[in-house]
Amino acid sequence: MGSTSAHKNEGLGRRDVIKRSAALGLIAVPTMSFLTSCASGDSGSDDKVEKGTKSAKNPLGVNETAPLEVVIFNGGFGEQYAIDAEKKYNEAFPKAPKVKHAATEKIQSTLQPRFNGGTPPDLIDNSGAEQMDMGVLVGKKQLLDLTPLMDAPSVDDPAKKVRDTLRPGVLEMGQFDGDPVWIMYYAYTVYGVWYSQTALEKLDATYPETWDDMLALCKKAKSKGIAGWTYPGKYPYYLPFSLYPFIGKIGGREVLDKIDNLEPNAWKDPAVKAAFEAYYELFQKGYILKGTPGLTHIQSQTEWTKGKALFIPNGSWVENEAAPTTPDDFKMMVGAPSSLDSSDKLPFGTIWASGGEPFIVPAKSKNPEGAMEQLRIMLSEESSKNFTQSVKSLSAFNGGTDGLELSTAMQSGVDVLKKAGDNVVNPRMQDWYVKLQKEQIGIAGIGEMMAGRATPAETIKKIQAFADAAAKDQSIKHYKHQ
Amino acid sequence: MQHGKYRFIVGFLVVPLALYAIFVIWPFVQSIYYSFTDWTGLSPDFKMVGFDNYSRMLDDDIFWKSLQHSVLLVLLLPLVTLGLALFFAFMLNVGGRRRKNATVAGVRGSSFYKIAYFFPQVLSIVIVALLFQFAFNPTSGMLNSTLKAVGLKSLQPDWLGDPNLALYCVMVVLIWSTVGFFVVLFSAGMASIPKDFYEAALLDGADRITTFFRITLPLLWDTVQSGWVYMGILALGVEAFTAVQVMTVGPGGPDYSTTILPLYVYQTAFRDAQAGYATTIGVGLLIVTMLFAGIVMRLGRRERLEF
Repeated sequence: MGSTSAHKNEGLGRRDVIKRSAALGLIAVPTMSFLTSCASGDSGSDDKVEKGTKSAKNPLGVNETAPLEVVIFNGGFGEQYAIDAEKKYNEAFPKAPKVKHAATEKIQSTLQPRFNGGTPPDLIDNSGAEQMDMGVLVGKKQLLDLTPLMDAPSVDDPAKKVRDTLRPGVLEMGQFDGDPVWIMYYAYTVYGVWYSQTALEKLDATYPETWDDMLALCKKAKSKGIAGWTYPGKYPYYLPFSLYPFIGKIGGREVLDKIDNLEPNAWKDPAVKAAFEAYYELFQKGYILKGTPGLTHIQSQTEWTKGKALFIPNGSWVENEAAPTTPDDFKMMVGAPSSLDSSDKLPFGTIWASGGEPFIVPAKSKNPEGAMEQLRIMLSEESSKNFTQSVKSLSAFNGGTDGLELSTAMQSGVDVLKKAGDNVVNPRMQDWYVKLQKEQIGIAGIGEMMAGRATPAETIKKIQAFADAAAKDQSIKHYKHQ
Repeated sequence: MQHGKYRFIVGFLVVPLALYAIFVIWPFVQSIYYSFTDWTGLSPDFKMVGFDNYSRMLDDDIFWKSLQHSVLLVLLLPLVTLGLALFFAFMLNVGGRRRKNATVAGVRGSSFYKIAYFFPQVLSIVIVALLFQFAFNPTSGMLNSTLKAVGLKSLQPDWLGDPNLALYCVMVVLIWSTVGFFVVLFSAGMASIPKDFYEAALLDGADRITTFFRITLPLLWDTVQSGWVYMGILALGVEAFTAVQVMTVGPGGPDYSTTILPLYVYQTAFRDAQAGYATTIGVGLLIVTMLFAGIVMRLGRRERLEF
């Protein structure tokens, strides 16, 4: 670079070339041409393996020699639980080749070409950031109806059907329109208000069962320099984890159903207004940790485990996710939304719990019976216990915690479910209308309100407009609660 | 043998041209075709829908917001980055105090600065964006901690959580990560300007500012123009997308304040499973890019100095 000799004219010509090719490249780069890689493959061949003979040990009629291919989302739960269950499959069918197992974080990039080409694997854990849109998969008839699995006898008790061994709401979540069950959610998530028992004890408090107590506790915490609440401001769609069951508790299940059904004026229900105003009060009184609107989920959870804030709306995965920063004496617990007042339609304890880790069997799977049998094995008590123990999450199998030593967080999850009984709500917005839920209601609506940039009234109006637009939009598939 | 000559040239060009046609031109044609369909991206069956996607795009507020932000990036980023890079490069090469036996020299320690400036270039944009995400953390990030330390406790913005600041935060990151490359590029260009020109200018009594505008900039014009094109690619393409995707609320927020065209294409295609509509937005992006390229090429037409 220190040279003083001029390069004369040759350099100009070369620069010219670079400039022009750069301009050409400029046109080429951002146009996302990769989108078009392989849309129009043929529909694939329909060569399924022959069905095996049904028997008591093999109620689904699995072909005992056919290969099985499983693709697992390698996220918070890892892949070991699936590998363990696949071993069980091979034990049950010793003549079948070893189950072909793959695990990836990039479900969509890996599997989209195979769906388009008509050669998908047999069983998929369609989860994570690259989850394939279920509504589209169902709408385009890419999935297999899992009803035979649901009606098959369960592994542990042949007198009981698989469908009767599941936790509340799991089966319904797999239905989209009518009876067919398209998705088997394997994990079971409890949503709510998460807190540290130790932090509350330090303030001589117990979990506030009414909103007045909540405000009083936040006030007390504030005087000690602790914020009442924090939330992932960068992903404000965490707020509904405690806000939706709060709305459901105030106004009853119908309010949430109307919201999910995108009915006109669903958001103008007084229950929504009451819940929004209650949360907005947290902001107005300065009970929200300063800077929260700029925090990611990890950052806000870290502030929370450091004791800078008492409460955080979250799901039961937070135990695993926040483990690196959680002090040993933290005593993580989950609480159901506090009661707003005595006119609430549902009692204290009403909670949101629903399935996670959606497993699907593609319609063009070569060995669909094998895939369903694999799911049946996973839904046995033994596999479920193994899952709960290794990944610290409940499974869709109702039970399977007896004799296990549970952490405080998991134990409190089991306890709130017991307390809730039938009062488990299950808003479907986040799996039916992802964009509406996350980007529009979550970020542009509730997020702006909790950051103090919009009032509850403005937010409700804005969200209602988004919901109305989604209801009118013909390019998205619409669903209704049955 | 005129015929032979062309056959000779074509013979050499056929392979690269075929590759270009298959991997660049053909995807374009396909994109435009898919933009007229309702393809979901998840199944091989779809049908033609005519101009539906296009009329939808023109009515789509988020498209216009994304377009606005992308245009802002394409205007501001090159201007600020290249301006800063020119200033730094000038200081490193010509801007120093006059020393004995040397007509022009850089500021003291210029070789160290050159390396320091170039350093961000070796980091991938994803890492840079992640690092800045920590710096922008409103509760314990570097920026707000510094503000607190100097007694500005009341002035602690939410940075990426503030719709008025978020897009500028993204721009700062992109500028930080690219300015070094252009410092080095312009330094190389400046080093090739003969020192006699500077000597002559100094003899005539020109100061540093005059030398910069009358000698350095005109002789560097071609390099600056290439830089402009590169920055355009960056602002419309993958770097801007990555920074927004990694850093911002949502991403694209808060309240759509940082959404840009490539992000909107990505979200529409892969989150909403509307690949047909996404390619339509992609075609919109193509038009913006071609306009930008056209403007740059036209503005760049200047008399060339021979030296």
